[in-house]
Amino acid sequence: MTVFGFTRRALLAAGTAAALSLSATSAIAQSPPGVLIVGQIAEPKALDPAAVTAVNDFRILMNVYDGLVRYKDGTLETEPALATDWTISDDGTVYTFTLRDGVTFHDGSAFDAEAVKFNFDRMLDEAHPYHDTGPFPLAFFFSAVESVEVVDPLTVSFTLNAPYAPFLSNLAYPTGLIVSPAAVMQHGAEFGRNPSGTGAFKFAEWRSNEAVVVEANPDYWDGAPQLQAVVFRPITDANTRTAEMLAGGIDLMVEVPPVALGQFQADPYTVHEQAGPHVWFLILNAKEGPFADVRVRQAANYAINKEAIVNDVLEGTAEVAAGPTPPAFAWAYNPDLEPYPYDPEKARALIAEAGADGAELTFYVTEGGSGMLDPVAMGTAMQADLEAVGFDVSIETYEWNTFLGNVNPGLEGKADMAQMAWMTNDPDTLPFLALRTEAWPDKGGFNSGYYSNPKVDELLEAARVATDQSERARLYQEMQTIVQEDAPWVFVANWKQNAVTSDRVEGFTLQPSFFLLLEDVVKN
Amino acid sequence: MAGYILKRLLSAIPVLLGITVIVFLIMALIPGDPATAILGSYATPENVEKLNRDLGLDKPLVQQYFIWLGNMLTGDFGTSFALNRPVLDEVLERFNATLVLAGTAFVICSVLGVAAGVVSAAQQYGLADKAITFVVLLGISIPSFFLGMMMILLFSVNLRWFPVSGMWPIYGARDIWALLDHLVLPALALAVVATGVIARLARSAMLEVLRQDFIRTARAKGVPERRVIWGHALRAAMVSIIPVLGIQAGFVLSGAVYIEMVFQWPGVGRMLVDAILKRDILLVQGGVVFVAACYVLFNIAVDVAQSLLDPRIKT
Repeated sequence: MTVFGFTRRALLAAGTAAALSLSATSAIAQSPPGVLIVGQIAEPKALDPAAVTAVNDFRILMNVYDGLVRYKDGTLETEPALATDWTISDDGTVYTFTLRDGVTFHDGSAFDAEAVKFNFDRMLDEAHPYHDTGPFPLAFFFSAVESVEVVDPLTVSFTLNAPYAPFLSNLAYPTGLIVSPAAVMQHGAEFGRNPSGTGAFKFAEWRSNEAVVVEANPDYWDGAPQLQAVVFRPITDANTRTAEMLAGGIDLMVEVPPVALGQFQADPYTVHEQAGPHVWFLILNAKEGPFADVRVRQAANYAINKEAIVNDVLEGTAEVAAGPTPPAFAWAYNPDLEPYPYDPEKARALIAEAGADGAELTFYVTEGGSGMLDPVAMGTAMQADLEAVGFDVSIETYEWNTFLGNVNPGLEGKADMAQMAWMTNDPDTLPFLALRTEAWPDKGGFNSGYYSNPKVDELLEAARVATDQSERARLYQEMQTIVQEDAPWVFVANWKQNAVTSDRVEGFTLQPSFFLLLEDVVKN
Repeated sequence: MAGYILKRLLSAIPVLLGITVIVFLIMALIPGDPATAILGSYATPENVEKLNRDLGLDKPLVQQYFIWLGNMLTGDFGTSFALNRPVLDEVLERFNATLVLAGTAFVICSVLGVAAGVVSAAQQYGLADKAITFVVLLGISIPSFFLGMMMILLFSVNLRWFPVSGMWPIYGARDIWALLDHLVLPALALAVVATGVIARLARSAMLEVLRQDFIRTARAKGVPERRVIWGHALRAAMVSIIPVLGIQAGFVLSGAVYIEMVFQWPGVGRMLVDAILKRDILLVQGGVVFVAACYVLFNIAVDVAQSLLDPRIKT
């Protein structure tokens, strides 16, 4: 007995002492007011806007840097930022910007026309002395830019090789954010860890795998932010991120998993939702097999119960998509489009008419990837719906990178349908890269299902060079009507980005751009 | 002895070279490349080709391998694509975190496991033995990642005794107390399975010893029971317990991967998982080679120590 008694007492005493002393320290670690702690989904790659591609990194960058233009609050339309004004030449190839006077970078150097030229030359000119601070994977956003000229210290002009309507919108994208040339010269390839911009927050500290800390910029040209500091914590595991939010370890959580949303429906939490420029679709192989027939493609659109997918699989975190353009592009969206209704009878009739009864379909599904939501569960639901109308669907599942490696070169000879999702910043991007005849994979585009309609090609080319927004809107709306009818894709869902804040956070709203803007946020 | 050590070290070289070839080939042969991972939706063949060129991945494989190997021999493990920092910095930092976690868990499972085994054996078929056996079997049967999540839910979310994740507090001093505060839950979750295994094996090792004559002699001459168990018997049983501890050390180190994911511990296991998903070739290669080299050296050290302790093992 002595053996057992001794051990038990010792263990209990040691355990209690440890628990008490340790819990005492963690109670002190409550986050102070004025400091917002954001639960991010991953460690950022770099804080150099020209060098990164992930939304996760953009969430930090948009608060540290400004672009020449930015999106108006709650929209995807551009408004002045570092440029106060601009003119576009009649042929749409020369953009001349007047820059904001008296703005300085966080490192104290002046923001001027030379700085703007430096930024774009660094990205685009392989002979530029600081081009080796890249690579710059999204530099092609500005591939239309032929040259950047300094007219005077506060005027800069961009000459494009052809009219390119999405140019302004691309300038509002993180790749167009303006960095301090002095800081790039000082830090070279290490600039991504020593960033300097003009934004509402300035970089303070980056502790690898722990946190990126930014502090308020009291001299911000658009008014100093309310917060003293923001801490971005990388928490890759969604369950752990949820637990941190519940335990008070973070004040703001992005990308809440649908199944965890229920946890936050009541006080002291607020769930924020915002539909964004995202579309989730199935690419159909229009070149060969049953989907070469437009009736069978339409049948697939009728057969899949999209309502059930967004409500049951995605727990209401998405809305049913009507066509190729997400409604978040309010000005370019065709509000007359109605989504294909769920109508298995009609699907069966169309399949019978096309003689595609019992057709065998190979369906590429991914395990998960950027913007793909819950692809395996969605894929399984779609398989069941398609089998219910008489198809014989076999699923092939791939890890994301492998999946892209299979899908991007085209589906010919491999599959009849594949999942895909895009998030873009301009209504031009996705259809131009994925629906034109000139965008077939062998021509370097993403039209992996080989859709081709000369009328759509014509509309998209015209919309790209038109500088008048209402004219562009008309062209895009007509394109959407035709594409919906031609059904090169099954239009499935538009994702609503979500975030949760605690009751200590005020003034937070999500943007349709999916950027995280913290300038006006207050934490008590 | 010096000759033996030298011989062992030399024999490690082909092993390590083999590891570099294997890990290089695996990363080269799996589908998907870093450019596709970086560009995501925008991975047109044209963009992928340009980025691969910028990243130096357009050279023939054999050439890439020897460039990598040559650089590594001079201590340059390259730069991670996804984290944009030197691979060696990242690996050393992460390995350090893993050692802290796995080391603590190892201490916990050794002490608790041996203690539980001894108590069990001393009370064979008694109440304590049955209770310990029950708890131990439960511990062995629960997957550690599930246990970790449940611990977070109970101790962090509901009771708020410990932080949910990470290694250091966002605010406040980075001292030993702050570290312990973050370490308690992951180290316990990681230690549970190994504690159970060690307890079971320590129990049978002790039972074996307790049946021997010298124990009866000790009891007969009036040595207090506590000293018979913890002094005489345990010392003798340690001979067969220590190899078990060695094996469990390896299990704890590899089991750390799951725990690092659940508790977001910035260790080398989580680093490798992230790096593989992002096709961060140099980080995966550098990380695997570094960890493998550590295993090889650790094994040599154990062999050397054993031959020092036990002269029957020929050097």
